Amino acid sequence: MANKRPKADVVIVGLGWSGSLMAEELTRAGLNVVAIDRGPWIDTSTHTPPAVDPDELRWGQRKEMLAPPRDNTVTFRNHDGQDAAPLRDYGIFELGAGVGGAGYHWAGMAWRFSPWDFQVRSRTIERYGRAKAQDGEMQLQDWGVTYDDLEPFYDQWERIAGISGKAGNIKGKIDAAGNVFEGPRSRDYPTPKLKTLRIMELFNKATTDMGLHPFTIPCANISEPYTNPLGVTMGACTYCGFCLAYGCGNFSKSSPQACIFPVLVRRPNFQIITKSCVTKVNKAADGKTVTGVTFADEHGRTWEQPADIVCLTAFQVDNVRILLNSGIGKTYDPRSGTGTIGRNFSFQTVSGADMWFEDEQINPFIGTGGLGSQIDDYNGDNFDHSKLDFIGGAGMLTLARDGAPIAKANALPQGSPRWGAGFKKAYAKYYRNYGTIFNQGCSMPVKAATLDLDPTYRDKFGVPLLRLTYDYAQSDRNMAKFTMDRAVEIAREMGAAHVSGFNFADKAFSTAVIASDHVIGGAVMGDDPATSAVNPWLQSWDAHNLFVVGASAFPNNAGYNPTGTVGALAIRTAQAIHQNYVRNPAPLA
Amino acid sequence: MKRRDMLTSLGVAIAAAPAARLIANEMQGFPHDMALDQAFMPKPASSDGKYQVLTREIDRRTIAAVFDRLIPEDALGPSATQAGCVTFLDGQLAGAFGMGATLYRAGPKAVGEDALMQKPQFIATPRERYETGLRALEAYAQRTHKASFSDLDAQQQDAILAGMEKGSIELAPEVNTQAFFELMLANAREGYFADPMYGGNKDMAGWKMIGFPGARYDYRLYADRTGEDLGLEPVSLIPKA
Repeated sequence: MANKRPKADVVIVGLGWSGSLMAEELTRAGLNVVAIDRGPWIDTSTHTPPAVDPDELRWGQRKEMLAPPRDNTVTFRNHDGQDAAPLRDYGIFELGAGVGGAGYHWAGMAWRFSPWDFQVRSRTIERYGRAKAQDGEMQLQDWGVTYDDLEPFYDQWERIAGISGKAGNIKGKIDAAGNVFEGPRSRDYPTPKLKTLRIMELFNKATTDMGLHPFTIPCANISEPYTNPLGVTMGACTYCGFCLAYGCGNFSKSSPQACIFPVLVRRPNFQIITKSCVTKVNKAADGKTVTGVTFADEHGRTWEQPADIVCLTAFQVDNVRILLNSGIGKTYDPRSGTGTIGRNFSFQTVSGADMWFEDEQINPFIGTGGLGSQIDDYNGDNFDHSKLDFIGGAGMLTLARDGAPIAKANALPQGSPRWGAGFKKAYAKYYRNYGTIFNQGCSMPVKAATLDLDPTYRDKFGVPLLRLTYDYAQSDRNMAKFTMDRAVEIAREMGAAHVSGFNFADKAFSTAVIASDHVIGGAVMGDDPATSAVNPWLQSWDAHNLFVVGASAFPNNAGYNPTGTVGALAIRTAQAIHQNYVRNPAPLA
Repeated sequence: MKRRDMLTSLGVAIAAAPAARLIANEMQGFPHDMALDQAFMPKPASSDGKYQVLTREIDRRTIAAVFDRLIPEDALGPSATQAGCVTFLDGQLAGAFGMGATLYRAGPKAVGEDALMQKPQFIATPRERYETGLRALEAYAQRTHKASFSDLDAQQQDAILAGMEKGSIELAPEVNTQAFFELMLANAREGYFADPMYGGNKDMAGWKMIGFPGARYDYRLYADRTGEDLGLEPVSLIPKA
């Protein structure tokens, strides 16, 4: 029998970006909040100071900052005629291993999605006709929110996180120093853009000469000291390059720890329960609400945390898995197209070009996790698709991220020996001469993709693992080929002596092939309960006091990193709860 | 839940005293202890010269011979074993990596699993894979050349390694030969380019070879000098590497 804890107003399941942003809003509004996180308490100065952080073996290779597959993996197959197998080693699911979630080890690319990304279906029909949007394979649906709806919340998230960048569109006024394709912003970024490093200089010149529009990627590795609206101060980034898969030792990579915890954790109406795994949301007898959650502590004891409001703010796959294991909502059935839980998984469709110069000094070790130059000329619907066999596109970027020497040993020109004296000679030369163009492509949902419960494999609690069935949409494959060809052209224009295009979408998808770690959907938002798990306020259609927050709500993925949109949606939902829902606990209009 | 219940609960929330501490990992307020968490400190390789996993001399000779063909000594730097990569490997195999501590190892391992994942997966731990792999490699050398792998000449060793890499050689039915080659290559490179505190990369030779300045934490003074050879000497996380 479960031990029972005192009832909370709100229980937060997973204290990453979504959970901590929501907890901050809700505790500030006076609500009594309990957050439950699977991982331990970790913090910048006590766990990843500069004496611990710059260690590629430990963090970059052994991935000690990530939740191990041992505890939490996903099984996978490409189509429903196959038996799924568990991903046994680290792959595309890069969940955090402590409080802060993936927000502690993320790289720091801090994007807004473009206005088009929220309305792919309606805008595609409007511009190209119904056939282009309904190709028989894709399952496009609008989000039920627009970019304009989200703009104030993007702005608020950027203020909390101190994002560094240069606006390209303030209230419709275009500035070529920023991204001329972005949606209109109410104001500029809170801190200036980061420095332009060597590979970016080469990219900026080449793309400008080609008539394209390069700009510096907005970053959560911040450019100067900054105090956010909560009163928390961050330091300037030092360009050490130990960001993605690392904790920042310098209070200069935005994270729940660096931006929110110093205020949140001190509030008397906030508690954290660490090392405790929520396995289930408990349904009420009325069938319309939930009563709280069940969790297992680190000793395996079962607890019940009753609450008036439950917010699932775990990583995308865990949100979906908890819903399925709780029997909330109807599981998506790809054959009939009915059911909503597990619908519209999508990923990130990646291609690009690796390049090697003969006599450069790229100095790759100077960088930040999110830093680079990008062009959006081939992203979203920024170019005419009427004669193309796909929709969408990719943010095409060159990375000035890190010079990690173990990982980079794989980045040698085609034909270079992988071992022996030839390897040493090639690596001694090309380490400082290597660059890449990474096409971060959108990912369109397909009807055949599902997330459901695996019939065979279980976790250490005996709870079924999540099973993913997925392969790329043909439209995305065509997009990846098109943008790869553009990347090769840019790399040649940059003066590279050796150029190799790459395309992860020219073969079957696999969770073991780490093209990206951006996994999306499965509990998607929308204004139709027949095709979405949550309404535009991320409130469950099946239980009005349950909110399912995070990238699990994205009906499709854009050619950008997801974190900014996750943050904006979380703040918007939290405000809807304390401004409206608590006064009238019912489905929000 | 009735609406009135909910409102009542929300109404008393602000006044309610924090719940009693019921379980070990309940936190309220910011932790007072701001000292470095010792459990989070790195675990350097043992320096007592004793091997913990590679305890058989024949295994050490085999892996040393392999590593020195993967990264041989030349004008650019020491060989893998000169840089400490065997010590490095022993330390890794003795720890969490060797135990496969992070892997999902529940069965069954399905027949088509590797093809589906486009990557070989293992229920066996890296330590077990080295144990069977090194013995199979030695047995293969004995079978084909009537000599220990470590006693073959460089050309013969390279031919076997190239065959393993390409998949044209199978050491033994129970060994995924190509994957074992990749495991050894990955670990040799790790030893050569990881921080010296883990036993390899002696004198930071791997970093000097490519021009990586190591565990530096602040490049703001250099970031504007784009395209320059900065000539930065590497530093390690341990003061004397």
